Amino acid sequence: MGDLVWILVSAMLVNNFTLSLFLGLCPFMGVSARVATAVRMGAANLFVLVITSMTAWVLNTYVLASAPYLRLISFIVVIASLVQVVEIAIKKISPTLFRELGIFLPLITTNCAILGLAIFQTNRGYGFLEGLFFAIGAGLGLTLALVLMASIREQSELATVPALARGMGLVLIIAGSLSLAFMGFAGLFST
Amino acid sequence: MQLLGLCPALAVTNTVANSLAMGLATFFVLVGSSLLVSTFKNVIPNEVRISAYILIIATFVTVADLLLAALVPDIHKALGAFIALIVVNCMILGRQEAFASKRPVGRALLDAVGTGTGFIIALLMMGGIREVLGYGTFLGWPLFGSSYEPWIVMILPPGGFFTLGFILLAFSWRAGRKQERPQVRDWPHGVGVTTRRSA
Repeated sequence: MGDLVWILVSAMLVNNFTLSLFLGLCPFMGVSARVATAVRMGAANLFVLVITSMTAWVLNTYVLASAPYLRLISFIVVIASLVQVVEIAIKKISPTLFRELGIFLPLITTNCAILGLAIFQTNRGYGFLEGLFFAIGAGLGLTLALVLMASIREQSELATVPALARGMGLVLIIAGSLSLAFMGFAGLFST
Repeated sequence: MQLLGLCPALAVTNTVANSLAMGLATFFVLVGSSLLVSTFKNVIPNEVRISAYILIIATFVTVADLLLAALVPDIHKALGAFIALIVVNCMILGRQEAFASKRPVGRALLDAVGTGTGFIIALLMMGGIREVLGYGTFLGWPLFGSSYEPWIVMILPPGGFFTLGFILLAFSWRAGRKQERPQVRDWPHGVGVTTRRSA
């Protein structure tokens, strides 16, 4: 049990996907202008991450053991079709949620955090439960980073930023400072 | 300088050698898949084109991954999962969708070579700044005397964000001096979808 908690906290804080592994930067830069959107994007990501983790485990265990060089291709195809299926299912079951997630859901396919999770999970040889906790931690970490970023950006709209720094330059420097703060978690577990 | 393909640009550019390997791998994948996509553009049905592109790209990435592992095992180890993540580099898919799928083979090839070279230059710029400041070396050669205190932060993740941030500030400063739009590009996330950032 301790191991599982460690995996969760490590993926969430110490090795935060966005701020220390640079995964999922597209939504981090693209949809972090409002807190409400950021939360929804984070939740959608968490959802897809958990499903991906389970699928990757099934693929690794039952299909890819004999053909590891097909891993990348099969992961990307399965993830893409899975997101498609999830999208159709949500559309049928809860149109409200579907409208709220909007374009974010299909875009998650091209988010490197998802493929990254599947690959990391494989490289580290996680079992089913470990992978599940890893995915939840990673998803919570992404959400945390998105929400923090969105809150800072909402505040900075009221500030008088020099014209030079408006746009991506400022966002990247804020991201750098956040990442610096997250480096502080590195000492949380000394193993 | 477009802000596509950001993840690898930030993640692996802590030394010049890593940046070069990443740049060359991306270049190879981009040129190879542009060639194939523009060759087969009339065969691929419109409805499944994105999936077809992704399959072609993933094939080339697998080749690049195995090549790097065979030729430069040390660098392959340092880059780790980020080689595989070239698949989801929006820049490559973007070029296929926007250019290679509509043009003759020769032009698609030229476009891919141009885009790929630009990407290598951008990666080398990041890698150069971060290695010189973070280790005090360039390609492993010490540049400064032994009294130089390396800026450790530059080789850590925050250094990547800061370096790119300052490069963008420099670009927008230069653009502002030229009396042009002092604005970096909108951030297209994903394929063919451009949403507007709030300024």
